[in-house]
Amino acid sequence: MPNPKRRGSKCRRDKRRTHKKLSQPAVSTCPQCKSVKRPHVVCPTCGTYKGREVIEKTEA
Amino acid sequence: MRHSMDHRKLGRNPSHRKALLRNMMNSLVLSERIETTVPKAKELRRLADRLVTLGKRGTLHARRRAFALLSDKETTDKLFATLAGRFVGREGGYTRIVRTGYRVGDGAELAILEYLPAEEKKAAAKGKRKAPVKKGAEKPAAGKKSAVPGEKKKTKAPTSREKETERKAPRSPRKKVGEKSK
Ligand SMILES: [Zn+2]
Repeated sequence: MPNPKRRGSKCRRDKRRTHKKLSQPAVSTCPQCKSVKRPHVVCPTCGTYKGREVIEKTEA
Repeated sequence: MRHSMDHRKLGRNPSHRKALLRNMMNSLVLSERIETTVPKAKELRRLADRLVTLGKRGTLHARRRAFALLSDKETTDKLFATLAGRFVGREGGYTRIVRTGYRVGDGAELAILEYLPAEEKKAAAKGKRKAPVKKGAEKPAAGKKSAVPGEKKKTKAPTSREKETERKAPRSPRKKVGEKSK
């Protein structure tokens, strides 16, 4: 059976992994309450979307 | 690459899928707004629109075809009595899908699927027509804000309250206390 001739170095292993990383999630600000939210999703803080859709959070 | 994908299978066999979609159609016609996962909402959307199309046709044949989909007299009656009349001036696109976040248990992305409300019908249609013509993003946006003054009051109050909760205590117990006192 063929086998690796040499044990790989830590340097090569780490260099291989430089492309394996987390990316920042996309964020936008809610036009109603100015809090940070995900784009194209109802604002979890105030429950509005596109200024009018009041969904849930009607405790006021 | 798999072309010619007709519909999502939703992880079910044909009879199970048919039953699921039938249940969801009935729920949607009854309550006019349901929250499900995004893929289910997108599959249900085409059926929901088809139902309204049948309802607007209004013939006995259309009624029988709608009943074949729904298998429920009550919802079929509602479809032809109220929903069909609401969408007279609209050709397709009777529903709206809005993403609402992730489910706690399995992390599935949820969305609200709803039939467009009756009051919004004309305002929404006008806004859509005007926006691409003007190309000025400021004017339609300002119009939308002024058109709904009531919503601002609703939104401002909970935000200030939630800022308090963030400072002082974990969320859930605070809210429950607040609701009881009201
Ligand atoms: Zn908000």
